[in-house]
Amino acid sequence: MASHDRIAEPWGERAPYGPGESWPVRVDSHLASGIDADQVDRWVQSASLLHSNGDAMDIAVSGGRIVGVRGRAIDRVNHGRLDPKDLFGWQANSSPDRLTAPLIRQGGQLVDSDWDTAMDVVVRRSQELLEQQGPSALAFYTTGQLFLEEYYTLSVIAHGAIGTNHVDGNTRLCTATAAEALKESFACDGQPGSYSDVDHADVIALYGHNAAETQTVLWMRMLDRLAGPNPPVVICVDPRETPVAEASTVHLAPLPGTNVALMNGLLHEIIRNDWVDHDYVTAHTVGFDELAKQVADYPPERVAEICQLPAQQIREAARILGTAQHLLSTVLQGFYQSHQATAAAVQVNNINIIRGMIGKPGAGILQMNGQPTAENTRECGADGDLPGFRNWANDSHVAELARLWNLDQMQIPHYAPPTHLMQMMRYVEQGSIRFLWVSGTNPAVSLPELRRIRSILSQQRLFLVVQDIFPTETTELADVVLPAATWGEKVGTFTNADRTVHLSDKAVEPPGQARADLEIFLDYARRMDFRDKDGAPLPPWHDAESAFEAWKQCSAGRPCDYTGLSYAGLRDASGIQWPCTAEHPHGTERLYPDGQFWAAPEYCESYGRDLITGAPLEPTEYRAMNPAGKAVIKAAEYLPPHETTSDEFPLYLITGRTVFHFHTRTKTGRVPQLRAAAPQVWVEMSTKDADALGVSEGDLVEISSHRGAIHAAARISGIREGVLFLPFHYGYWDGANPDQHDRAANELTITDWDPVSKQPVFKTAAVRARRIGAGDGHAAPAPTNTASRPVAADIPPTRGGPAACDDEQLSTTGGAR
Amino acid sequence: MKLNLALRELHRAERALAAGLLKVADRHRADHEIYHVARDLARWSQQHVHELAQVGQRYGLNLKDDPEEDSGLLAIVRGKASELAGRRPEPGLLLLADLRHLHRVAAGVSLDWELLAQGAQAAKDSELLSLARRCHPQSLRQMRWANAMLKVLSPQILAG
Repeated sequence: MASHDRIAEPWGERAPYGPGESWPVRVDSHLASGIDADQVDRWVQSASLLHSNGDAMDIAVSGGRIVGVRGRAIDRVNHGRLDPKDLFGWQANSSPDRLTAPLIRQGGQLVDSDWDTAMDVVVRRSQELLEQQGPSALAFYTTGQLFLEEYYTLSVIAHGAIGTNHVDGNTRLCTATAAEALKESFACDGQPGSYSDVDHADVIALYGHNAAETQTVLWMRMLDRLAGPNPPVVICVDPRETPVAEASTVHLAPLPGTNVALMNGLLHEIIRNDWVDHDYVTAHTVGFDELAKQVADYPPERVAEICQLPAQQIREAARILGTAQHLLSTVLQGFYQSHQATAAAVQVNNINIIRGMIGKPGAGILQMNGQPTAENTRECGADGDLPGFRNWANDSHVAELARLWNLDQMQIPHYAPPTHLMQMMRYVEQGSIRFLWVSGTNPAVSLPELRRIRSILSQQRLFLVVQDIFPTETTELADVVLPAATWGEKVGTFTNADRTVHLSDKAVEPPGQARADLEIFLDYARRMDFRDKDGAPLPPWHDAESAFEAWKQCSAGRPCDYTGLSYAGLRDASGIQWPCTAEHPHGTERLYPDGQFWAAPEYCESYGRDLITGAPLEPTEYRAMNPAGKAVIKAAEYLPPHETTSDEFPLYLITGRTVFHFHTRTKTGRVPQLRAAAPQVWVEMSTKDADALGVSEGDLVEISSHRGAIHAAARISGIREGVLFLPFHYGYWDGANPDQHDRAANELTITDWDPVSKQPVFKTAAVRARRIGAGDGHAAPAPTNTASRPVAADIPPTRGGPAACDDEQLSTTGGAR
Repeated sequence: MKLNLALRELHRAERALAAGLLKVADRHRADHEIYHVARDLARWSQQHVHELAQVGQRYGLNLKDDPEEDSGLLAIVRGKASELAGRRPEPGLLLLADLRHLHRVAAGVSLDWELLAQGAQAAKDSELLSLARRCHPQSLRQMRWANAMLKVLSPQILAG
């Protein structure tokens, strides 16, 4: 058994393997110091909650406490491996800072309360507003970190029992474009590819996807292929010198906001060289001619000028993509949170579509997401969709929901797409939404233009309920705070970015009065006395498993069909990929293997939108365009970003994450190993920009935009010239002065979103930087072994020390596919 | 030959549409999607104005190549007013009225392109026809956008 410092070596030991071979098993584990495996009372099955990869693990319990974790060797996703956040993150569960009692605001202060009192306040306000204004006064903003059963329950309460159109998740910030890009190309959500495509690919193209830090275990799989015989060629699109960029054959670092131009340039070359599978295009797609016409205007020289890249690099990348035999394309926030998000992500789909590389081993698309259960938010209709990938614009789909829930069809809003988060914030700002229930997310740090968000959320006329596990910058603004249980303290299922469903069992009791989110939602429903048409309680279920069974009925016959799954079947087994039915009890590895799509007008989830205006297509337009339900090739022109650099603000700002933290650090900031690895905010800049600004490594810099200013220590890194990077993790709960508002990256970001997916733009804002002083003689508090790697060689490397060492048991045999 | 009349009318209408989109953008700065997309869509009309001015020369027309200039000061005042009124509900109704107006203007432009295309075919002017074929779909998209935003925003504004 080997041991590695997993802060120093986030990806652990290599297990090289070749194309078509099975990825070797490596079981990672970490136990609290002083605890041996034989002191563990029991191992309780779960999966990761600190990223979207869905790594299966067992939670070690000793004396009623969580004392560690171990990867599950039999699982198809991780073959035993764990991300460093998972190896250490469980310690946050027992943090003394946990919320343990409901809080209500009295005389301007949040004071301890009890469930009856707090829920009574929430119910009374809900009923008052329903009487005064109706359902349009109430809104729900949830997360990508609850369980499937919880989302479905919330979805039924909001869409059905209350009948409000205002339901969204913070998945709007992370995965909205992934879903929308799939809806545009295939008329339905659903990840086409599978992680096992890494085992077969000869080219892997990662678009704005720093997998090394966002999905470390998926990256370990890629690293093991790269270390083995006949490794794949890697193409990286990222303005930063990420670990992915370092491993790539071609690294394209475009100017922020120019992704559509770049993609059109790549497609231009692929079509010009006729690297097109015409049989596939003719048989299975519509729209190719329109694409060919559009990208004809994007020769590499023009694209090179827009993106500020060498034209030769664009040609070289296109040649590799165009001649790949097994092309795996993956996409993440570098596209989703940038200008023209959906249009750019759809062009990635187009490359695989016109090359006929979908649904075959190694040839696929992974439109990724950032959060562990974001996929369930999408499926269950807790994120601006209807449950079961049903089409809000198709009356027969709404009628199915009305039947399932035994409600009048008129009760379920479907006159427009469910309200997206940014629009909800506008309605709150204008005062027509007066009740907002936030669960499991921290908008006061994670949304763009924080000064505006704070001002909206602190309005007197808004009744704000916040349900979370820790006090946050958002609970500070709440009228009622509800303490929730988390991972390891409740039962439920969740689904990762490649459709793999895992069961997460309860290992320990939640602290104090904290309750599972499911219990809280059901308690609200009972106190509100929601009823169906026949007077039966709605929702009718009472616990996680009965909620799961109800969800199975809702999913039946839809793309995300769960009817072949059960708690019993998921227990002591590998995760299973949906659709999983009686005919396919082991699930489905890849979608669309035969070029048959879920795009028929009467079945599809979405009729699509105009990629520039965002206007939804009318049903008749879609029927005329795609009567046979083929894949839709959609073209888009490049538009300049809505905020460009100027003399006043000469630099572009992009924000993002580091491998050691998750979101606003509510958990990872309370874990000693992770906290120490990246303790404070920093700003990355290129050597050239640093020289121009007179900035040295570690100097204190003020970064400002039209919206605000923050301070950060400078890390001089390999990022492209003209671009600054700020990690978005750092808010104010553990800052020196919480009222300063000088630390969160989102003080600077712009209020703007993709008109198609409605995902906010976090990666295209104009800023300026100014040195305000020397650092304390140290380097910036940024990791040295990630995308924030310093250019200087003499910076002390990031280390975790003995407390950060795991055990890794490498086996010579492959694991489950 | 009345094609020059059709060209002149379309040119006037496209300039008005471009200006109208920019005006609506400024008036609804606090409705960020309206603000940004309306400005993107004004570019299409500005490009159409430019191309119509070029082709107009062949028909003896001296059409302005630049968009209808709005006083910079007025735009700033409108933008500020929108931000100041950000907390009030009334701009919602104004937004519906503005979108309704934009839809009608864009519909007029769309019909004008249709007329121009018909005339171009009769006159066997293939350059003019291809211009109409290129631009007309964008007018339709501008119109559908206004329609879609009306559909999406009106329920909350009317019932909220």
